[in-house]
Amino acid sequence: MDGTIALMLVQDGVTTGAIYALLALAIVLVFTVTRIIFVPQGEFISFGALTLSQLQQGTAPSIVWLLVGFGGLAAIFELVEALRHRRFSAVPRILGWNVGLPVLLAFLAIWLAPLKLGLGVEIVLSLALVAPLGPYLYRIVFQPLAESSVLVLLIAAMAVHVALTGFGLLFFGAEGSRTEAFSDAMFNVGPAMITGQSIAVVAVSFVLMLGLYLIFERTMIGKALRATAVNRLGARLVGISTSLSGRTVFLIAALLGGLSGILIGPLTTVYYDTGFLIGLKGFVAAIIGGLISYPIAAVAAILIGILESISSFWASAFKEVIVFTAIIPFLIWRSLRAGPAEDEE
Amino acid sequence: MTRTVLSLRDISVSYGKAEAVRNVSLDISAGSIVTVIGANGAGKSTLLNAAMGVVRGEGRIQFDGADCSDEPVETRVMAGMSLVPERRELFSTMSVEDNLTLGAFRAKVTRGEKADRLARIYDRFKRLGERRHQLAGTLSGGERQMLAMGRALMIEPKLLMLDEPSLGLAPLIVKDIFRIIVELRSTGVSILLVEQNARAALEVADYAYVMETGSVTLEGRAADLIHDRRVVASYLGLREAVPA
Repeated sequence: MDGTIALMLVQDGVTTGAIYALLALAIVLVFTVTRIIFVPQGEFISFGALTLSQLQQGTAPSIVWLLVGFGGLAAIFELVEALRHRRFSAVPRILGWNVGLPVLLAFLAIWLAPLKLGLGVEIVLSLALVAPLGPYLYRIVFQPLAESSVLVLLIAAMAVHVALTGFGLLFFGAEGSRTEAFSDAMFNVGPAMITGQSIAVVAVSFVLMLGLYLIFERTMIGKALRATAVNRLGARLVGISTSLSGRTVFLIAALLGGLSGILIGPLTTVYYDTGFLIGLKGFVAAIIGGLISYPIAAVAAILIGILESISSFWASAFKEVIVFTAIIPFLIWRSLRAGPAEDEE
Repeated sequence: MTRTVLSLRDISVSYGKAEAVRNVSLDISAGSIVTVIGANGAGKSTLLNAAMGVVRGEGRIQFDGADCSDEPVETRVMAGMSLVPERRELFSTMSVEDNLTLGAFRAKVTRGEKADRLARIYDRFKRLGERRHQLAGTLSGGERQMLAMGRALMIEPKLLMLDEPSLGLAPLIVKDIFRIIVELRSTGVSILLVEQNARAALEVADYAYVMETGSVTLEGRAADLIHDRRVVASYLGLREAVPA
């Protein structure tokens, strides 16, 4: 391996690593705030990439059916609860968010898709279609289980993963697709050639991470989410409801998942079930960060990207094995460092 | 007749098969301090948690004239209830100021009003002002209690519920905390005070309830209970018991 190849591999690794970092952040965020190990994170990657691909081909995105269906289910859950507590004034808001919004988005997508309005609009539309699935999912599956143990939540998360993969096959079919590159530009920096695509991916990831950091440091809702992660009872006592923080983090996670899919779409062919494997790599990084540390998770994600890229050059058949084996020393180190597991509240 | 702020009717709470609170009824009139005293494990904290909606139980809870028995915690916070729990439950990795600001999370007021409230808290608890940028986890026990009280006051509650505010604190700080509790009453806040330190609680309270194994066994004006033989014998120490 000469220097040029090494630089190319590192560039590839950093590019995919940046995407894993976004996923790792989403997984850490969801876990710290809700204690849910968010296995279905990967499905949002597939949904994001495949939706953008359909929009680029000018066909109506299949995700709209899932969106309308999930919204409808969430509406039923909400309505039953509202009527049970005689909160009739909440009905218009419930119908607006859970039925009106998805139907409006669906019409918008079906109307705009054949017009091929360009990459920018298509990306925004894809994200608008994928992101609301997060809060709906939280409402349907996790909100009723909010006080359950981590294990119960994990089992539910596994079930959601299996179900969403099935929906992916049903709505998008078994065919994979690759989206168009954001940029064909090439830059020569010394011996290395850096693609515009790589720069776009890394820049978007970086801006998003910075944005998230600012949200958590500066805004009230960001601070409320941090507070929930630090002390759930304390958060409830100041009026931060479990469902509000749950839905907010699921929205962020779905958005980050969908965006990761859009970023990775031009780099690899994405199938309905591809997201899971990609999500798992974000998961490895999140685990290295102990599911609580954002900076460690982000750095670990970049290193995993580089490790994956180098191992695909040296031993491509063992690429995944090498990446997932990397987690073992960290697990041993973490279990040696940590004391006996404490029960949660 | 004074207005009743909080009215608990036949509250019962069970953890599995163990009944922690059994048919407890309690009233707090506006602008008064009501204390619940009793031994460890008598069900005092559970009663507070049930009033706040942190634990679910049976019975009816009326707050400020409205039934809130089925309302979630955040609705009760917005209605004007605030609880300082026994373990304080602070956001330890966040600054003192962030902890306080989050106390007003549900307050529907302007940014300027929030800043005013913050200033008033710093005025009341001088130490918090000095440590506003410090992480809550690095505070001493007394400062933590003050921060927990400050956070609960940021919503400007009608009713402040305090669970063992003196627990684990040095006598001088306890004195300080009780002085502040009395000050708060003079501003119109009603206070429900759960204490093991029965003497200190009875000295500041207007009305008192004694709980034993989940039930109220005695109630009356605090000024009377402080001389009640059973209370003196069980909670204030034998040396002061009036000979029969």
